[in-house]
Amino acid sequence: MYDVLIVGAGGAGLTSALSAAKSGAKVAIVTKSYPTRSQTTMAQGGINAALSNNGEDDTQSHADDTFKSANSLANRDFINKLCNSAPDAIAWLDSIGVPFSRTDDGKIAQRRLGGACAARAAYAQDFTGLKILHTLYDQVVKEGIEIINEHYMLNLNVQNNVVEGISVLDIRTGDVRSIVAKSVILATGGYSQIYHGFTTNSSGTTGDGIAAAIRAGARLSNIEFMQFHPTALKNSKILISESARGAGGYLLNSKKERFTDELAARDKVARAIYKEIESGGDVWLDIRHLGEEFIEENLPQERKLAKLYEHIDPVSDLIPIMPIAHYSMGGIEVDESGMSSVKGLFACGECSDHKVHGANRLGGNSLLELIVFGKDSGENAASYSKDYVEKTTSDKQLNSDIELINSIYSFTNRVDFYENRTLLGETFYQNAGLFKNEIGLEKALSVVEQMKNELPSMGVSDKTRDYNTNLVEFIEFTNLIELSKILLINAINRKESRGAHFRDDYLEKNDETFATPTISYKIDGVLRDNFEGVS
Amino acid sequence: MKIIIERYHKDKNHQNLSETYDIPLQSPTLLEALNYIKENIDNSLTYSSGCRSSVCGSCGVSVNGKPTLACAYKVQDNDTIAPMRYFEVLKDLVVDHKNAQKTLVNSKSYSTPQEQTPTVSQSQEKLNELQSDCILCGICYSACPVYETSPLFLGPFALTRSWRYVSDPRDSAQNEKINTIQTRGVWDCTLCGECSLVCPQGISSKDDIIKLRTKSAQAGYSDPTFTSMF
Repeated sequence: MYDVLIVGAGGAGLTSALSAAKSGAKVAIVTKSYPTRSQTTMAQGGINAALSNNGEDDTQSHADDTFKSANSLANRDFINKLCNSAPDAIAWLDSIGVPFSRTDDGKIAQRRLGGACAARAAYAQDFTGLKILHTLYDQVVKEGIEIINEHYMLNLNVQNNVVEGISVLDIRTGDVRSIVAKSVILATGGYSQIYHGFTTNSSGTTGDGIAAAIRAGARLSNIEFMQFHPTALKNSKILISESARGAGGYLLNSKKERFTDELAARDKVARAIYKEIESGGDVWLDIRHLGEEFIEENLPQERKLAKLYEHIDPVSDLIPIMPIAHYSMGGIEVDESGMSSVKGLFACGECSDHKVHGANRLGGNSLLELIVFGKDSGENAASYSKDYVEKTTSDKQLNSDIELINSIYSFTNRVDFYENRTLLGETFYQNAGLFKNEIGLEKALSVVEQMKNELPSMGVSDKTRDYNTNLVEFIEFTNLIELSKILLINAINRKESRGAHFRDDYLEKNDETFATPTISYKIDGVLRDNFEGVS
Repeated sequence: MKIIIERYHKDKNHQNLSETYDIPLQSPTLLEALNYIKENIDNSLTYSSGCRSSVCGSCGVSVNGKPTLACAYKVQDNDTIAPMRYFEVLKDLVVDHKNAQKTLVNSKSYSTPQEQTPTVSQSQEKLNELQSDCILCGICYSACPVYETSPLFLGPFALTRSWRYVSDPRDSAQNEKINTIQTRGVWDCTLCGECSLVCPQGISSKDDIIKLRTKSAQAGYSDPTFTSMF
């Protein structure tokens, strides 16, 4: 039996594993892929900390910027914790060898990102997430922490609101088995793949942990808050970092004129771009004036991606862009220790709502969150596991999941779920995207309801057991359906505009009713949805 | 456009089956072509992918005998796609990275922090800026001919990672790293440069191995094949 079982091997999962192991816990990491393949690799811009390495800054300003952008849906104490811990988080990453870019005098280089009053994002060229993740992985290898690769978590095993482990599909063999643990940390990432075809995220960003958490009785928070990144490459939908605008890049419309403040918060910039595109225009990112030398030094990945996937060179060409789904601000509700409403079940990283991003996350705060709350969750889970009282484990969840897999193999496969996944993405981008209204959201909800009803007519055509990615993708799709419905119900109920949630039938913010997170949970399998005060 | 995929399933009747697919897409990446086949022609086609933007390292395959990332390669008519060499094939294009990743453990290519983190200058940071772009896709491993005869060779990406930390003033175990890479390490490389030609991040493991040889010589080591000749 493990003391701490971590599901997900991105930045949050690896950080929590290192900190739980350091606390003396017996730790294992479960991942549906391999550790260095996670979404964290795609974070480009930087990691925030008030280091004042490039102009004046202080943690209070960092907290103020974060709080302001969150639009009353965050908790000041959690934000203070995040921002006050930031310099130590960077110092720790520096100590384990993260190759940050440097200033002339050997300090960690920093740049300004949107919504920040100072140059606060420490970076490693535009490969910040990649380099942090790989450095963390090297430490995990050094510590000899057990990694269970290519295992897909089906469900959490929870008895009387206490977590006892998880059930997994061994992707290689197709077997279902349970892994028992005194505590579980979910670090499974967001759910942007609901917007399939309209997201910067990896194909595995399917909200598996969040969906499993609500099925197991945990409370979710703010699921309707999906952040749209202003600048993805128009044709390939690949992310171009905010650091391109932070460095002085312009946004141009069809008349080749600037039309918005490029460094406003992401929600505002993304909507301004969407409006231009909606009215039949094109939008370009222009970094030509920064010069080849600067681009090669600071934005090498952006140049490479634009050349490879859009066939243009940003040194001499305009970059065609559009806003698409990028970051799930909502997630599993947690307390100050990182624990969910299920005892022993912790969450960190994008799958959690750690009450810091609220209605609009600032660039550079998500990598920071992984490190600060990942470390905390690891320590707290280790400490929780010490007081765990062992009981006889139940096979109920395991048997039910064996049955689940067998039943999927017997689904009729008359309806193609891949077509439905594409339809889901298009429907969400159009009706639950940057601008929402009641009619569109209701329409999307009826689409989702129908898909949900048709799941038994879908299923897999590949009936083999070993390494069946057709099966894994179908289960991922069912998780997306589960979360899609919650997102839409929340969005329908939130009759106002706040941060990334923008309703063109309710243009104003309504603090009297809605200055509070939306909480979703299930009682006996029935979805409940409330607006509740920030605890 | 047609592509040929060499498929594999451990059940005998499906072993090493070559299939040809017609892709009605305009200059797709190989990953887009694979996705098209999986979603529209054959749901059972098995491969790995993730970010589709050359940074997660999931989608390495062999195209006409040359390893490459599926998401970074534009398909040409009649391309033959196969799993990467020197890896055990699990199914179709999916390979087991276990042995390759073990080279990271064996080469001890990780940072050993110091009590007080020393300052890294801009020029010191540049020493491993490119090396730390590695995405662990395994493409260099698959291109390395040493694996033909020597499956326990530490190999290109692990040695590049070793250089990354050996060249970092923050690391406190540089001698240990140099000692570790003497066996099945820097001297087993033939310096053929195949790894440098295929790396999707433009890293040259060959150059890093040469730099590690210099460091090794400074630490008193020499090429064992060379010394045994006399």
